[in-house]
Amino acid sequence: MIKIGLQAEGTTESLGGTMAQGRLQRRILNPEAINGLKMISPTALYATLLLAVPLFLIFLYSFLTDGYLTIERIPTFGNYVETWTSPVFEKVLMRSLGVSMAVTAATVLAAFPMAYFVSFYVEPSKKSIWLFLITIPFWTSYLIRVFLWLVILGYNGVINSTLMGLGVITEPITAILYNANSVVITLAHAYAPFAILPIFVALEKIDRSLLEAGRDLGESPLMTFVRVTLPLALPGVVSAIMIVFIPTIGDYVTPSLLGGPEGKMVANLVQLQYLKLDNYPMGSATAVSSMAMVGIALIVGFAQSKLFRRVYGAFIGYSNAGLSILAALAAVLISFGACIVVGVVASGAFFAIVLAVAIGHIALLIWLKSQESKA
Amino acid sequence: MKGGGFKIYAVAYLIFLYAPIILLPIFAFNNAAIIAFPLSGFTTKWFQALWAEPALWNAAKNSLIVGVSTSILSTALGVFAARASTRYNFPGKGGILGMIMLPLVLPEIILAVALLVLLLGIGVPLSMFTVTLGHVLVCTPFSIAILSAAFQSLDRSLEEASYDLGENAVTTFWLVILPLVMPGIISSLLITFTISLDEFIMAFFLAGTESTLPVYIFSQFRFPQAVPVIMALGTILVLLSITLLSIAEYFRRRGIARTGGKDTGGFL
Repeated sequence: MIKIGLQAEGTTESLGGTMAQGRLQRRILNPEAINGLKMISPTALYATLLLAVPLFLIFLYSFLTDGYLTIERIPTFGNYVETWTSPVFEKVLMRSLGVSMAVTAATVLAAFPMAYFVSFYVEPSKKSIWLFLITIPFWTSYLIRVFLWLVILGYNGVINSTLMGLGVITEPITAILYNANSVVITLAHAYAPFAILPIFVALEKIDRSLLEAGRDLGESPLMTFVRVTLPLALPGVVSAIMIVFIPTIGDYVTPSLLGGPEGKMVANLVQLQYLKLDNYPMGSATAVSSMAMVGIALIVGFAQSKLFRRVYGAFIGYSNAGLSILAALAAVLISFGACIVVGVVASGAFFAIVLAVAIGHIALLIWLKSQESKA
Repeated sequence: MKGGGFKIYAVAYLIFLYAPIILLPIFAFNNAAIIAFPLSGFTTKWFQALWAEPALWNAAKNSLIVGVSTSILSTALGVFAARASTRYNFPGKGGILGMIMLPLVLPEIILAVALLVLLLGIGVPLSMFTVTLGHVLVCTPFSIAILSAAFQSLDRSLEEASYDLGENAVTTFWLVILPLVMPGIISSLLITFTISLDEFIMAFFLAGTESTLPVYIFSQFRFPQAVPVIMALGTILVLLSITLLSIAEYFRRRGIARTGGKDTGGFL
């Protein structure tokens, strides 16, 4: 998926500014463009009809009114008002964001050394075997794998019976089943390959002579890693974060099997509204709202990490890219954590705080940019 | 090998990844109705019980039909998109490909409810056909990722040679390009089949009154006495998936070797 993303960079612009019409003709009417568009049209048509149109439809539905058996075509903001003032939605969305962030942090942190090992220490001929071994569990029986975590984490489960057998504990641990913790553990397991692969691809692209150059210039192995490898691996880490964070927030199976009443997430709410309550407009509003929150959370995260890099860079000097990235990541985690803690304690204020943080960050970034261009 | 510490970590990580899959056959052969330790003897009765479940066989038949249709359709769509993205430049390429690849990152539940709203809106009854539509949507990006690697390593001069020898675009594609990317296509067929066989959310929302294997499995989790049989079924499914994926991996590598590309490893 990474390769696709990179290939998809724009079209080849023709050089030399001739007439606009000529350029248009070359861009759209040249045989290559026509062939390309023809070639991709079946797939594009399928995706338009069964992806773009339906997504637009749920957006539309979220503004309609629910009758008892029919959906009435009366436009309203009522679904959104009800969604955003509902304490249940707030609680569930907050929990989902918290779980997803914890899962993302755990998977990406655990995946990095694994990707690093496969990229830097495994012989080239054996790399694909390792990657194959890593991806196999991802494609086998998701439902049953999730269910088996019940067996591992359960009251008479593997962990409890082992620890009691060893005499470490006398009572089974109950904190690891039917709550958010068990959801985090299971999702971190399910999404591991999704985090490893993009980081691996980014590490593979690093020109090894750069590392030698770093060592030759007198850096220690650790500093070479921090100042050369880490900044170059960052694009992979960023895509790993996106690829883990967005789908986990909408996971349905894990919270419904392992979450118990205190571990339900957004997808369970959406499913309830669509299939059980048969209220499509409300379900749509819930789905759209949670995707919007995901978008905002990602924007806050990236704005924040950019911001901290700048601030840190101003103190230390821009050469220390790796350390500033570490500082930025730590800062993002801390402030997200703080947001969630504040949200849990003073639940009503949560959305306001997240939004304020988002707006504040973007404003600060714009201000820094303007100061920079002045100087 | 260098990196001893890393190697220990990597092995521990693999154990973590495989822990549930290793437990699965243990409970499938365990002679107890409750899935818990300690174990209580060996039995094959849970596998025998599989034969006596008509609902299971119906679900398996549905899964097979959906899986085969999905793998053919999504691989066909994948061939078009992968060929277009690796061979041609055209306006709006990034946007179009981005839209096609979107199901990789969007939560499946969003895709499922969106499709549900559309299908019910235009009055299509829910059936295995609608499940297939959803599965094709989910599987096509994976197919494109696999096939792009195959098309990418294709040598453009082979194609030019074919034109020079008097073939046209269609016959060139049929006689030169298709045989070269055939291993990639087989790999894509197998992997999309595996994904479809394992896909739950789309089937859960779009199957109506019918069920596929994952939907059947999910419904059985509510009955504790049915779980050992599910463990036996799961063992068979995992073995099947691993076999299919291994064959797919073999073809993927052969394809890259055949077109002279460098193996970057992994499906994605």
